Amino acid sequence: MADKQISINAGDGEGSGPASQTISRRNFLGGAAVFGGATLAGAPCTAEAASDFEGWPDRFGMLTDLTACVGCRSCERACNAENKLPAPEQPFDDPSVFEQTRRPTSTAYTVVNRYESADGKGGPVYRKLQCNHCNEPACATACPARAYSKTPEGAVAYNEDLCFGCRYCMTACPFNVPAYSYESAFEPKIVKCTFCYPRIKKGLLPACADACPAGALTFGKRSDLIKLARDRIKNAPDRYIDHIYGEREAGGTSWMYLSGVPFGDVGFPTNLPNEPMIEGTKGFLAAVPTVLVVWPALFSMCYSALRHREEAVAKEEEEKDKETNRG
Amino acid sequence: MANHAQTLPAVAAPESFRSWFLNKLRMGMSWQDYGRSLVTPFNIVAGLVLLVGIPVIVERFMYGLGVVTHSSNDYPWGLFLGWGLFGGVPLSATGFVMATAYYIFGFRRYAPMVRIGILTGFLGYLFAVLYLLIDLGRPWRIYFPMTISFGTASVLFLVAWHVALYLTVQLLEFSPAIFEWLNSDRTRGWAKKITIGMTIAGIMLSTLHQSALGAMFLLAPGKVHPLWYSSYLPQLFLASSIYVAMAMVIVVSALAARFLRERCDEVFLGRLDELTIGLGKACAVGMYVYFIMKIISVAHDAEWSLLATPYGHWFLVEVLGFVLLPALVLTFGFKASRVGVVRFGAVLAVIGVLVNRLNVSTVALNYNLPEHLHHIIPPRGELIVVATLTVLHILIFRWIVNRMSVTREDPAFKAH
Repeated sequence: MADKQISINAGDGEGSGPASQTISRRNFLGGAAVFGGATLAGAPCTAEAASDFEGWPDRFGMLTDLTACVGCRSCERACNAENKLPAPEQPFDDPSVFEQTRRPTSTAYTVVNRYESADGKGGPVYRKLQCNHCNEPACATACPARAYSKTPEGAVAYNEDLCFGCRYCMTACPFNVPAYSYESAFEPKIVKCTFCYPRIKKGLLPACADACPAGALTFGKRSDLIKLARDRIKNAPDRYIDHIYGEREAGGTSWMYLSGVPFGDVGFPTNLPNEPMIEGTKGFLAAVPTVLVVWPALFSMCYSALRHREEAVAKEEEEKDKETNRG
Repeated sequence: MANHAQTLPAVAAPESFRSWFLNKLRMGMSWQDYGRSLVTPFNIVAGLVLLVGIPVIVERFMYGLGVVTHSSNDYPWGLFLGWGLFGGVPLSATGFVMATAYYIFGFRRYAPMVRIGILTGFLGYLFAVLYLLIDLGRPWRIYFPMTISFGTASVLFLVAWHVALYLTVQLLEFSPAIFEWLNSDRTRGWAKKITIGMTIAGIMLSTLHQSALGAMFLLAPGKVHPLWYSSYLPQLFLASSIYVAMAMVIVVSALAARFLRERCDEVFLGRLDELTIGLGKACAVGMYVYFIMKIISVAHDAEWSLLATPYGHWFLVEVLGFVLLPALVLTFGFKASRVGVVRFGAVLAVIGVLVNRLNVSTVALNYNLPEHLHHIIPPRGELIVVATLTVLHILIFRWIVNRMSVTREDPAFKAH
């Protein structure tokens, strides 16, 4: 599959992909144009799908093929340049970074980790790690100040101007992605992958996908990527585990993964529910209005009953006193 | 009520407001006597802690959270929230529990314990907010969820609103004591008028946000160890806050009777043992209920096999050593009318809830990350800040009990 250049990457010419499932740059642009038109027409999806919103229909995603990744870290370098992040302590071509398992930080939106294969026979497996841009993001559910939003394009955007730094999003994120710039005293903020939102808006590929020389990153409409991933598994069942990570995990993510080794072996959380994280707290929050309505009535009644009894007792005693006085 | 103003002592007719007020602050002592009275071993230790700790807090605000915390991306919350918020808030349910018992359910015998419960609750919430302000990245934006941008899907949004409102409610609930101190009869009358309303507001706010603190972790099902993660977390947090409130009142009133004895009136001291035993009984009942809920939470998710793992052992220590054991101690204490035993059980119960909250927010959270237990050891900076705030908490509590009628009735203002 990879040698057919089905993916969009730096080496892939415009529209060179042959088959119907090919996601070419032209198709991608076309999709963007259609989407733009829909937005202008007044977002019909909200009117039609009010009862069961299953996510923005044309949202984008990324399919990461772990079997194709060669660990060159071109994506890290491109991300660093695109987002004008500080230069790393070790250069991007220094393989010694693989000696540690890294995670995204306030100066790196994405990192690639190396995992030695369990049986020692196959070569190492590389895993790129960044925000997965969930369909229903736990960070957005967690944020009490609505600093996060899921954009129609699929990116989970963070707005620094609304954030007061509670960091509940970091606790909530099932993938441990958001980082915080603790070093800043006056303008600390959450730092995470933006899915190159400004580039997507302009019809460009995210910088990492643009830079990948190995065809490990395929950008496109999420629905198309799922079909593409199924085809790849079908066409090369020996190469892949029969699972698209991110299709359903945590309610589904924009970034999805194919792997030749079990996902748990290369650091993916495998204990996540398939429903979005918001399902965990929905029931609780749904009970709040009931409490706010029932409690005042119930406890006012308790108080009234108490007063009633205390007054009755006082009256009784008063009458008893009168009787004893008379007697 | 109206003629109290005439019966007040001569202090009430001061030469000037300023000298009268300063006199109030010094508790009627001269400056020299007051200064001398402050030199005690406890105050010297407290002063040293503040001397070390306040610069650390200043440092945190000047150079960022990084200088005092782990500044870990995997562990965004440390001791400030684990101890100060998740631990502090249930221990501060004292105001809600005592006020409800007294004003709504008519446990009139417990009158001497109501104010100390409300003060403990009010200061507990005040300090929970202080811990939060230190922990927030940009504390000056704390009002954002109230006025700028509403994250209504967030449980923390509910907690933020409720803690803010409840802090206000508790201040109003405590305000009669402040107005008594200031001899402000009429304002006190107004404050008393809203007591029932505030108590019911307190029930609404407390039941919701105590449980909400547990519900916050429902958002991280993959990250909290399954023994502690349960869909019953809200109920577990609420139930434990109610029994620990009674344990806290036992502990705080015992400390007040021991160290602030001269501020306690005869009614308070005379009824203390009897009320301690009564509270101990109620607390034990609450703990048995909670213990059963804990078992159900394990049974519900069929997690029995996990009890045989190291995390399971620690879970058993928490549930047997810090829930069942104190409940049994309390039961023995109230059956045998042994006040000391009840107090010991209450201390265990309080520690138990702190252990539970630290477990949920720290030990069980991120249990599947490599070298997890190594990462949860708090850095020195966090410990210093916690010690500083704890000392401040005690000092302010003492300052108030020394001046206002908390463990005594103001003779000019009879009856709560």
